Amino acid sequence: MKRLTLTGNHCVAYAVKLSRVKVVPAYPITPQTTMVEKISEMADSGEADIQVIRVESEHSALAAAYGAATAGVRAFTATSSHGLLYMVEMVWWVAHARIPMVMAIVTRTIGPPWNIWTDHHDIMSQRDTGWLIAMAENNQEVLDETIKLFKITEDPDVSLPGMIGLDAFILSHTVEPVEVPDQELVDSFLPERRQPYVIRSGDPLIMGNVPADLLANAKMRWDVHLGLKNAEDVIEKVDEEWGKLTGRYYGGLVECYRCEDADYLFVGAGAWVGDMRIAVDMLRETGLRFGVLKLRYARPFPSRRILEAVSGKRGVLVLDRAVSAGSAGPIFLDLASHIYSARPSVPVKNVVAGLAGYEANYEDFARIGESFAKEVSESGWVSSPLEFYPGR
Amino acid sequence: MMSSLLGGETVEVRFHGRGGQGAVTAANLLVDAAVRKGLWGVAFPFFGAERRGAPVTAYARISSKRIYTRSMIRRPDSVVVLDPAIMNYVNAFAGLKEGGAAVINSPKPQQPPAKARLYVVNATRIALDLGLVLAGWPLVNVAMVGALSRILGIELDYILEAVRSALSGRIAELNAKAAERAYNEVVEVGAG
Repeated sequence: MKRLTLTGNHCVAYAVKLSRVKVVPAYPITPQTTMVEKISEMADSGEADIQVIRVESEHSALAAAYGAATAGVRAFTATSSHGLLYMVEMVWWVAHARIPMVMAIVTRTIGPPWNIWTDHHDIMSQRDTGWLIAMAENNQEVLDETIKLFKITEDPDVSLPGMIGLDAFILSHTVEPVEVPDQELVDSFLPERRQPYVIRSGDPLIMGNVPADLLANAKMRWDVHLGLKNAEDVIEKVDEEWGKLTGRYYGGLVECYRCEDADYLFVGAGAWVGDMRIAVDMLRETGLRFGVLKLRYARPFPSRRILEAVSGKRGVLVLDRAVSAGSAGPIFLDLASHIYSARPSVPVKNVVAGLAGYEANYEDFARIGESFAKEVSESGWVSSPLEFYPGR
Repeated sequence: MMSSLLGGETVEVRFHGRGGQGAVTAANLLVDAAVRKGLWGVAFPFFGAERRGAPVTAYARISSKRIYTRSMIRRPDSVVVLDPAIMNYVNAFAGLKEGGAAVINSPKPQQPPAKARLYVVNATRIALDLGLVLAGWPLVNVAMVGALSRILGIELDYILEAVRSALSGRIAELNAKAAERAYNEVVEVGAG
């Protein structure tokens, strides 16, 4: 184990090397570029046995990664924002072909206007595709979760690809202390690659042709959903195993900060959860017992864990860094619908903030939290379930 | 020395330089040295439209405790100016805390900021003496980290370790010398 000061992008590069990825096709886009540059340097110097393929677009980047993964090796690519949108056809294809691989999404605002700062519209727009979607709060989690995703996605109960989301600049280009595990530790943690089928030269196999049996096709569709639901248990087990090896257990699908005795919960995902922790400490000093439920995975959506955490609370405040235009924030939509069947009598409010990289920090969350607690105690419920936070 | 660093409070630093001058590298080196000392640190750039020669800022936050916030630094305890000429059109002292410290690369004393201390070091001279010049530009960023670390109370050895880890060969040694000279030559010239 080495303690280094690394950017989030370099953490992904180290994780890719340690996971013995063999093929990385990539097309550069700010703020992902320094990640694939680092991987390219590692490949060039011989530090990592990786074939880097320069392609002409993001669509080709994922198509080439899919090809390599189908042929039986670990493959990886990374993109952001418009790059992700350009590869969307392949995003669906990889998942429904049941080919495990890992892709990093450096979350970045979608234009127009051109904007390189973080929000979560790019990654959240992919939540129907069949990929696992993990979100990191800090650079250590970026590194650890990328390694874990190879194991989770290749589990025979899952066999689906996975994304690791890291916020543009506030993780991707921010340096902080990170423990980088030794190769031996990662080798002992990651098994040989497993996947449902391998296409080999001289051993023909037709995949993806027009189906003769539509019911079989329908069942395959539903099975992608079941694979993601299976991933819930796999994520929990793999995180526990990682915790035993490294001392870093993250709580599986969600992490709770001061949730147990809390009256109110913030729910959020990504780097700004760190500021929510500080806001919780500030609010508690004023007598308002808040906690944070950090969503570590948006897919599979951790409905059971969330229901356990919100039951009996006085109020739940979901902070989304994206909005499904015409509806509400994506985490709120999932959370509200998944707790519905259990009929919990807890008011849930959605605040959309931090769009287009506009900062929302601990002072903002303390203010939003205080106003939410007031709204709930005065009205007994939420008078306005969806609000846009305009900043201070 | 800034007692706030030793007292366990968070110290926030803003670096002012020009694109290509290494302000981001300076912030990263400072954090690497602080981590080697056993502290926690984060360093991050401000990304506007960056062009070589244009004014840029970079940031570092150092603490004895783990840092959770990702917020921008608006009220720094310290500002570091790599090129004093940018002070003609950038307010490098904006938001500088009362009792804070400004460190400027300058051959001569400058006007101290209001209610803060001013330090100067001739990092350009140090770079020229050592032949640390790239594409006609004296490389002053590592020297400025050396000067700042003296003021923040981070021992020179940690800076030298960080420099040798980030760079290699002759360039590492020249930069290590620059950091050491600036660490020893930085002087307080007054307080506003």
